[in-house]
Amino acid sequence: MIDSQLLLLQVTLPLIAAPICLLIKSGRACWAIAFIVTISSFSLAAIVFSYVLTYGVLEYNFGGWVAPWGISYRVDIVNGLIALLVSAITTIVLVFARTSVSNEIKNKNQSIFYTAWLLCLAGLLGITVTGDAFNLFVFLEISSLASYVLIAFGQDRRALTASYQYLVMGTIGATFILIGVGLLYAMTGTLNMVDIAARLPQGVTNRTAQTALAFLVVGVGLKLALFPLHLWLPNAYTFAPSAVGAFLAATATKVAIYVLLRFLFTVFGFNFSFEEMPLDLIFVTLGIVAVISASAVAIFQDNVKRMFAYSSVAQIGYMIIGLGLSSKAGLTASILHLFNHAWIKGGIFLALGCVAYKLGSVRLGALAGAGYRMPWTMAAFLLAGLSLIGVPLTAGFISKWYLFEAAIEKDWWLMLIVIVMGSLLSLIYVWRVIEMAYLRRPDHEEEKSEAPLSLLLPTWVLVFASFYFGLDTRLSVGVAHKAAETLIGYSP
Amino acid sequence: MKDNQVLRVVAKIMIPVILLFAFYVQFHGDYGPGGGFQAGVIFAAGPILYGLIFGVERLQSVFTIVSLKILIAAGLLLFAGVGFATVFLGGDYLDYDQLNRDPILGQHLGILLVELGVGITVAAVMITIFIAFAGRQNHR
Amino acid sequence: MSALGLYNYWIVIFLMMTGFYVVISSGNLVKKIIGLSLFQASVFILYISLGKISNGGPPILREGVELYSNPLPHVLILTAIVVGVSTTALGLSLVVRIKESYGAVEEEEIHRQDESL
Repeated sequence: MIDSQLLLLQVTLPLIAAPICLLIKSGRACWAIAFIVTISSFSLAAIVFSYVLTYGVLEYNFGGWVAPWGISYRVDIVNGLIALLVSAITTIVLVFARTSVSNEIKNKNQSIFYTAWLLCLAGLLGITVTGDAFNLFVFLEISSLASYVLIAFGQDRRALTASYQYLVMGTIGATFILIGVGLLYAMTGTLNMVDIAARLPQGVTNRTAQTALAFLVVGVGLKLALFPLHLWLPNAYTFAPSAVGAFLAATATKVAIYVLLRFLFTVFGFNFSFEEMPLDLIFVTLGIVAVISASAVAIFQDNVKRMFAYSSVAQIGYMIIGLGLSSKAGLTASILHLFNHAWIKGGIFLALGCVAYKLGSVRLGALAGAGYRMPWTMAAFLLAGLSLIGVPLTAGFISKWYLFEAAIEKDWWLMLIVIVMGSLLSLIYVWRVIEMAYLRRPDHEEEKSEAPLSLLLPTWVLVFASFYFGLDTRLSVGVAHKAAETLIGYSP
Repeated sequence: MKDNQVLRVVAKIMIPVILLFAFYVQFHGDYGPGGGFQAGVIFAAGPILYGLIFGVERLQSVFTIVSLKILIAAGLLLFAGVGFATVFLGGDYLDYDQLNRDPILGQHLGILLVELGVGITVAAVMITIFIAFAGRQNHR
Repeated sequence: MSALGLYNYWIVIFLMMTGFYVVISSGNLVKKIIGLSLFQASVFILYISLGKISNGGPPILREGVELYSNPLPHVLILTAIVVGVSTTALGLSLVVRIKESYGAVEEEEIHRQDESL
C-alpha cells in the first residue's frame, strides 16, 4: 500500500516549480529546477504505475471531499501508462533542451521558457491523472496555453503565426470540449467521470448524450490533430524550438488521444460510442484518409521537420484506425502504437534538433552529406526512421503487426493494403532524407562537425527505446492488453 | 490624458473607492458573493485607471515588472503552500479542517488564505497584462 | 411556447455562431481574437443558464430562502472565464509581436510576405 499523496505530488510539483522558475533569472538554474522536478515526477509516475499494475486503481480526493462531490484524481492502468510515458519522455527531452535551448533562446527569456515548460508538463500530467471532467478541461487549457507560448519561442517569425493559428484552433477545440462537458453535467448533475458513466441513461436514445459526444469528439479531435482538423500541427511543430517540437510531438497529441479514449470508453461506454453512434465508421474513414494523404503530403516537403510533422498526422491516423476497429485487438493496437510512436517520433525530432543545432537549418538541401559530417546523429535518425516505417525488430513493426491482426480479425482485408501503403509512403520520405544525407556529397568538403554529447545522448536513449520495445514486448504489449481490457471493462 | 482636469479629479476620487471595494469583495467573500478572482480584477482596475490617465511610466514606478512577477509567484505559492500545509498536518490537499483545532475556524482560515493568494495573483496578472500591452511602444 | 420558452439557448446559439463566423471570415487577426472571445462567452452563458432554477434565490444561507439556484456552474464558469481571459491576452500579445515583425495584422498580407521568402 502506498500513500496516495504521491499522486498529488506528481502534478503539483511542476505546478509549484513554475512560479519559482519565474523568479529566477539564470536560465541554467531554471533548467536545474525543471530537471529535478521532471525526474521526480517521473519516479512518482513509475511508483504509481507499479502500484496500479498490481492493485488496479489509485484514488486521491481533494480537500477531504469524497469522490462524486469533490475533485478526485483517479489512476488506472491506462492513465498510469500515459503519465509514465509523458514524464519519461519529458525527462529525456529536457536533457536535450539544456544545450539546445541555450543555443536558440536568449538567456533572459530562458526562465520564462522553463516556466511555460513546467506549466505544460503540469497540465499534461493533470489531464492524465484527473477523474473529473471539468478539471480535465482546465488542465487541458493550462497545457495548451503553455504550449502556445513555447511554440512562439521559435526563432523564425513564422513561429508566431504558427502559434497564433494553433491558439485559434485549439481554443475552438477547448470550447467544444467545454460545451460537451456542460451538456453531460446538465444531463447527470455530476462531473466525476465514473459517476457520469453510472448516471447516463442506458438503453434509450438520448439526444443530449449524442450531442455531447459529438462536441467532445470534435473538440478533442482538434487537439489531437485528427485528420481534417490537423491544419495547426505542421507549422507548429516546424517552427517551434527543436526541444519543444520533440516534446509536443511525443506527448501532447498522445495525451489528447488518451482524453478521447477516456471519454469514449469510461464516460460514454463502448456500446454507446460505437454501436449507437457511428464512430467506428467515422474513425476508420478519417484514419485511412489521414494515413494516405498526410504521408503523401509529407513526401513533397522541403523542410524535414515539416515532413515529419505531417508524418505525425499520418501516425495519428493509425491510432484512430485502431480505435475505429472497435474491438479489443484494435484498441490494444491503438494504445501500443501510441506508446511506441512517442519514442520513435521523439527520437526523430531530437535527431533533427541536433541537425538544426549544427547546420542551422533543416531544409532538405542543407542535409547534403550530413551522414559524413554528423555520423552519429544521422545514424540515430536512420534507425528511428526504420522504426517509423515499421521494419521488423523495431517498435514500429510491433504496433503495425497488432493493427494487422486486429484488421484480419474483422476480415477487413482492405485495411492491410492501407497499412502497407502507409509504410511504403513513409519509406519514400525517410529515404529522401537518407539519400540526401548519405549519397550526396556537400558542394565543398567540410570537416566532421558532430553534435555535442549532451544532445546525442538523449537522442540515442529515445532511439534505443524505440528498438528495445520492438525486441522486448513484455512491458508494452502486456500493458496495452491490460489497458484495453480495462477500458472495455468500463462498459456495462 | 493627464491634461484633462476632469479625468484627473475623477480618477483621484474613484481610485481609492475602487481599491476599497476590492478589499470588501475580497474579505467579504467568505460570507457573501465575492472572492479572490473578482476582487483581484476590481483591485487591478484601480492601477489600470491610474495608468490610463497619468501614463504607464508613472504606474511602473510603483508596479515594476520585477515586483509584479514576485506578486504573481507569491500568490500562487501562498495557495499551494496552504494546500501543502494541510497535507503536512495530516489531511488531504486543501483540507482546511486541519488548519485549526476547530474545523470551522480552520475552514475560515483556509479559504481566507487561499482567496488572498488568488486575489494577489489575479490583480498582479491583470496589471502585468495592461503594462505589457500599453508599455510596448516605450519598450522599443 | 417551447421554442421561445428556451430563449436563453437561442441567445447562446446566436452568440456562438456570430463569434464563430467572425473567426472564420475575418482576415484581421485582432478581429479573429475578438470573435473567439465572443464564441467562448456564449458557452459561459450556456453554463450559467443551466444553473438557474425558476424562482430560485441566490445560493446564500439566509432565512426565508428555500429554493436556491445551483452555484456550481457559476464556479465552473469563473474558471472558464479565467481561461478565456488568458487566451485572449495571449492571442493579442501574439498579434502584437506579429505586427512588430511583419508590420501587418491582415492574414493575406502575412501570407504574401511568407511566400515571397
